[in-house]
Amino acid sequence: MTGTSQTGLTVLDPTAEGRPAERELTPRAETLAGLTVGLLDISKPRGNVFLDRLEEHLVKIGAGVERYAKPTFAKPAPVDLRHEIATNCDAVIEALAD
Amino acid sequence: MFDRGWTDGLPVVPPTEARVERMLTGTSRSPADLVAVVPPDLVDCTVEKVAINAVMAGCLPEYLPVVLTALEAVCTDDFNMHGVLATTMSVGPVLVVSGPITAEIKMNHGINVLGHGNRANSTIGRAVQLVIRNVGGGAPGGIDRATLGHMGKQGFCFAEDQVGSPWTSLSEDRGFGPDQNTVTAFAGEGPHILMDQKSRSADSLTRMLAQSLLGSVSSRVVMGIDAMLVLSPEHMARYRDAGWDRSRFMEELASHLMVDADTILIGSGGIEEGLPQDFTGMSLPKFRPGGLLVVHAGGPAGLFSAVIGGWVNGPTGSEPVTKEITP
Repeated sequence: MTGTSQTGLTVLDPTAEGRPAERELTPRAETLAGLTVGLLDISKPRGNVFLDRLEEHLVKIGAGVERYAKPTFAKPAPVDLRHEIATNCDAVIEALAD
Repeated sequence: MFDRGWTDGLPVVPPTEARVERMLTGTSRSPADLVAVVPPDLVDCTVEKVAINAVMAGCLPEYLPVVLTALEAVCTDDFNMHGVLATTMSVGPVLVVSGPITAEIKMNHGINVLGHGNRANSTIGRAVQLVIRNVGGGAPGGIDRATLGHMGKQGFCFAEDQVGSPWTSLSEDRGFGPDQNTVTAFAGEGPHILMDQKSRSADSLTRMLAQSLLGSVSSRVVMGIDAMLVLSPEHMARYRDAGWDRSRFMEELASHLMVDADTILIGSGGIEEGLPQDFTGMSLPKFRPGGLLVVHAGGPAGLFSAVIGGWVNGPTGSEPVTKEITP
């Protein structure tokens, strides 16, 4: 692929030339009551403090909660973990921390 | 090209077909060969794409094998370029080139070695970063979330001074021969000067370097973050005079890098950052085994060395990666 500048100079494309796949957002739930919400801890200090509070609130409104943790905050969540969350949960909340 | 999001903010050389063809003469690899799968978007990157970005960075064709190898190194799972980008810590790839190729392509290992002024030093690292941006999709403000960043993220590459060193090189320390050409990739912040202008003995200088290294990244972090020590020729002279080799230096330095954990526990000294109480009473090394990389470089005058602090190390973060440069 090439591009042409305003000066008429033709240059080669330095990019991957791909376009990100456009995906529709999953329909948003009207309420979380009765749904299963995954809480994903990225494994940084005090992420559990935030997620514990969220769990309290979610349980109060009638949501089920499943807790997950990334093996390390420094890398993307493993595919298997993402698949497990997608299979078991209707929604997911990922916690940053510190 | 800036408006298209193809640059790092500085002007680039327009990658015309003729320039890219000329760049490709620097390697025996085929333009369509796959070099690496580039994070964060995990995109297959060909030799031609690297050559286009190398033209833009200002590289000469003879630098291309170094750029290709450096890209291979940073795109390994061990180096974890995705994490190096995504972290809010201000780190980027630091590339150390070793072997005869450094002289062949006129890299700088002397005066202002960690600074500007040499074409190869200035453009090799820049080419790698442009590939990460343009092919991998890792641009600042996107996947690159560094709170502060540093100017070395524009491209941080320098040569090791092997000829002027009485020690085995960093590359040899990492398992390669003295005549092999290699690139070592390290996830690092900007350089921080370590000053000692009075020590005349190896022992005194070692103690002083250790005191300074204890503060690398954070005085309250031990073992979890590596560092690269750039030892200058005038500091190296203390070790040459004393007859210390690399292993003697590393051993003596390590003995001064033990930390009394009680001094860095959470709450000690009125500081809330620190180690959990589980470490009470322990003595811990500042760096994990192999976690301090030592390289000889710098101008002939000046009693300054430098430390380049790292990022989260090991399987949970980034491992330094050394690869042999192939034509």
